[in-house]
Amino acid sequence: MSGHQHGAPAASTPDAGSSTARLLITLAFFGSLAGAVLAYTYQKTLTPIRKFAGEKVEIAVKEVLGSPARLDTLFLVGDTLSRTVPAGVDKLEATKVFIAFNDKGERTGVAVEEAAPGFANEVRLMVGFNPATRALTGFKVLAQSETPGLGDKIQKDSSFVARFVGKLVNPLKGDKNPTTDPSTVQTITGATITSKAVIKVINKAVDTWKPRLDAFAKEGGQ
Amino acid sequence: MTTEALTTAAAAEPIVPGAPPPQPLWLDFWRGIADDNPVMIQMLGLCPAMAISNQLANGLGMGAATIFVLVCSSLLISMLRSVIPNEVRLATYILIIATFVTISDLVMQAYFPLLSKTLGPFVPLIVVNCIILGRAEAFAGKVKPARAAADAFGMGIGFTLALCTISAFREVVGSGMLLGYSIFGPNYEPWVFMIMPPGGFLTMGLMFLVMGWWGERKKAKRAEVHA
Amino acid sequence: MIANLSWIFFSTLLINNFTLAMFLGLCSFFGVTTKMDTGWRLGAANTFVLVMTAVAVWVLNTFVLAQAPYLRTIAFIVVIASLVQIVEMAIKKFLPVLFRELGIYLPLITTNCAILYLALTQTTRGYGLIEGIVYALGGGLGLTLALTLMASIRERLDVADVPAMAKKMGLVLIIASCMSMAFMGFAGMGSG
Repeated sequence: MSGHQHGAPAASTPDAGSSTARLLITLAFFGSLAGAVLAYTYQKTLTPIRKFAGEKVEIAVKEVLGSPARLDTLFLVGDTLSRTVPAGVDKLEATKVFIAFNDKGERTGVAVEEAAPGFANEVRLMVGFNPATRALTGFKVLAQSETPGLGDKIQKDSSFVARFVGKLVNPLKGDKNPTTDPSTVQTITGATITSKAVIKVINKAVDTWKPRLDAFAKEGGQ
Repeated sequence: MTTEALTTAAAAEPIVPGAPPPQPLWLDFWRGIADDNPVMIQMLGLCPAMAISNQLANGLGMGAATIFVLVCSSLLISMLRSVIPNEVRLATYILIIATFVTISDLVMQAYFPLLSKTLGPFVPLIVVNCIILGRAEAFAGKVKPARAAADAFGMGIGFTLALCTISAFREVVGSGMLLGYSIFGPNYEPWVFMIMPPGGFLTMGLMFLVMGWWGERKKAKRAEVHA
Repeated sequence: MIANLSWIFFSTLLINNFTLAMFLGLCSFFGVTTKMDTGWRLGAANTFVLVMTAVAVWVLNTFVLAQAPYLRTIAFIVVIASLVQIVEMAIKKFLPVLFRELGIYLPLITTNCAILYLALTQTTRGYGLIEGIVYALGGGLGLTLALTLMASIRERLDVADVPAMAKKMGLVLIIASCMSMAFMGFAGMGSG
C-alpha cells in the first residue's frame, strides 16, 4: 500500500515489525469480512434496485406506446429477434423491443431504446413507432446531460415531444422554422444540436429495428 | 493535501507523541464545523464540493452519505486501533472506508434512486474524499471511539454545511428554485451559468474571497491592537 | 470504430475535461500548479496511471467482477493504490529528480478522484479494452492540459500585484472558472 510513514509512530498499535504472516492474515480477514458484509447488503438491496429499473423502463414504454392493451417483449439474439432471453444474459440488461397490441390483437407500435451523442454527452431515448407506417408514436428521454435551460428542453418541454407524434421517419429531418412536412420537425431555438441529436436517435432506432422486425414477421412472428 | 492537513494537526499537538491532545467532546465536534472546516480551512473534499453542488438536494444527500461513511469508518477504525498492525494501516483503512461507501451507494440506489442517479459516480468517489482518510490517519486511529465519532461527526457536518451553502447559492441564483420550489416566481431569468461547471468554480472562489477578506480584517485588527 | 474512438478521445479531452468540466483531480490542480514543469510532469504521471488503470479495470470487469458487482469500488481502489505504489517505485528508481520534485503528490495520485472516476465510468459505459485506453488517454491528456494551462497562468500571477484577500485560493478558483467557461466552447464538437 502507499507507504507514507507520518511523523510520530501511532502509540497504541502493537509491537513494530509484525510478521508478514500476521499482516497477510489481518488483510485477508478484513477483506473477507468486507466481502461478506457487502454480499449481504447487495442481496438485500437487489430487489428494490431492480424493481425501480424495471419500473422506469415500463413507464417509458407505456408512455411512448399510448398505454396499450397488451405488451409483448422480444429479445435480440445476435441480429434476430426471439421470444426467449439469450443464454447468460440478464433479462433487465438484454437488448429488447416491446410490441404493443390493442384490444383487437392488432399491432399498434413498437418501442426500443436508442442513443446518440448530443451536445455534451449521449442522449438516450425510448422511441415508439409503428413499423408498418414508419410513423412515430412518441419518445421519452431516458438520459441526457444537455445544457440546462436550453438543451434539456427536450426532456422538460412537453410541447417539443408533441411535435414528433405522427411524423413519418423517412428519414426524419429538422428545420428551425415551423413546418407542416410530415417528415420534418421544428428544432428548439438555441438548442439545434440537441434537437438534431434527438432526430438522429429516432432515425437510428427505426433504421436499426425495422429490418429486424420485418425479418421476424416474415418468419411468422408478430 | 492530506499531508498538509496532517502536519497542521501534528504541529498543534503537545509533547505526547501520536495522540491528539485531550479535549472535551463538544470541542472535538465543534472543531470540524468552524475552526478546522474540512472544505474552507483544510481545503479537502473540493471535488464533490463543486461537482454535485448545483442543487441543495444534492448537497444534502451527498453530505448525509459522507457523514455516514465518516462516522462509521472512524468509529470502526478507532475501535480496532490496537488490532490493526501499523504496516497495513492504510490498506485496512481504505478497505473499511470502501466497504461503508459501497453500503451507502447500494442503499441509496435502492431507496433514493433519483438522488443516486443525479449524484452518479460521485457516491463511490466518497472513498477518495481526502477528508475521510485524513481524519482516519490523523485522529481516529489514535483516540478512543467516542472522540473519533465526535470528530468525524463534526467534520461531516462541517463538510455538509459548506456543501449546502454552495448548493443553495447555486440553485437559487442559477435556477430560481430551492429544493425544487420556485423562489422568485416564473418571470425570473435564471443565471444558468451558475449551475454549470464554471459556476461551481466561481461560487467556491467567491466563498474563498469572503474568507480571505475576513482573514485580512482579523489580521488588520490584531495589528491595530498591537501597534 | 475510428469515429467512435475519436469521439471518446476528443469529448473527454475537451468537452468533458476531467478537471474543468467534471471537477476531478482538483487537489493537484490547485496544489501543484505553481510551476509549469511540475504541473505537466504530474499530468504525465497521472496519464500513465490512468492508462494502466483502464487496462486493469477491463481485466477485472471481464474476468472477475461480473459475479460480484458490489465489490467494484473496493477492487478498483485496491488496484489503483497498488498501481500507484508500483509507479512510485519505478519513478524513484529511474527518474530520481522527478521523484524529488513531485514529492508528496505522487502517492496522492491514489486519492485523485479522476482515476477512480475513470474506472467507474469505464464500467458503466461498458467500454472495451481499446475504448478504455483511448478514454484514459483523453482523460489524462485533458488533466495535463488543464494543469499546464493553470500553471502557466499562475507563474505570471506570481509577479503580479494581487489584493491580499484574493491571494491563493480565491484568485485561482476564479481563474479556473474562466478556463472552464472557455472550455465550454468546445461543446457540440462531435455532432452535427
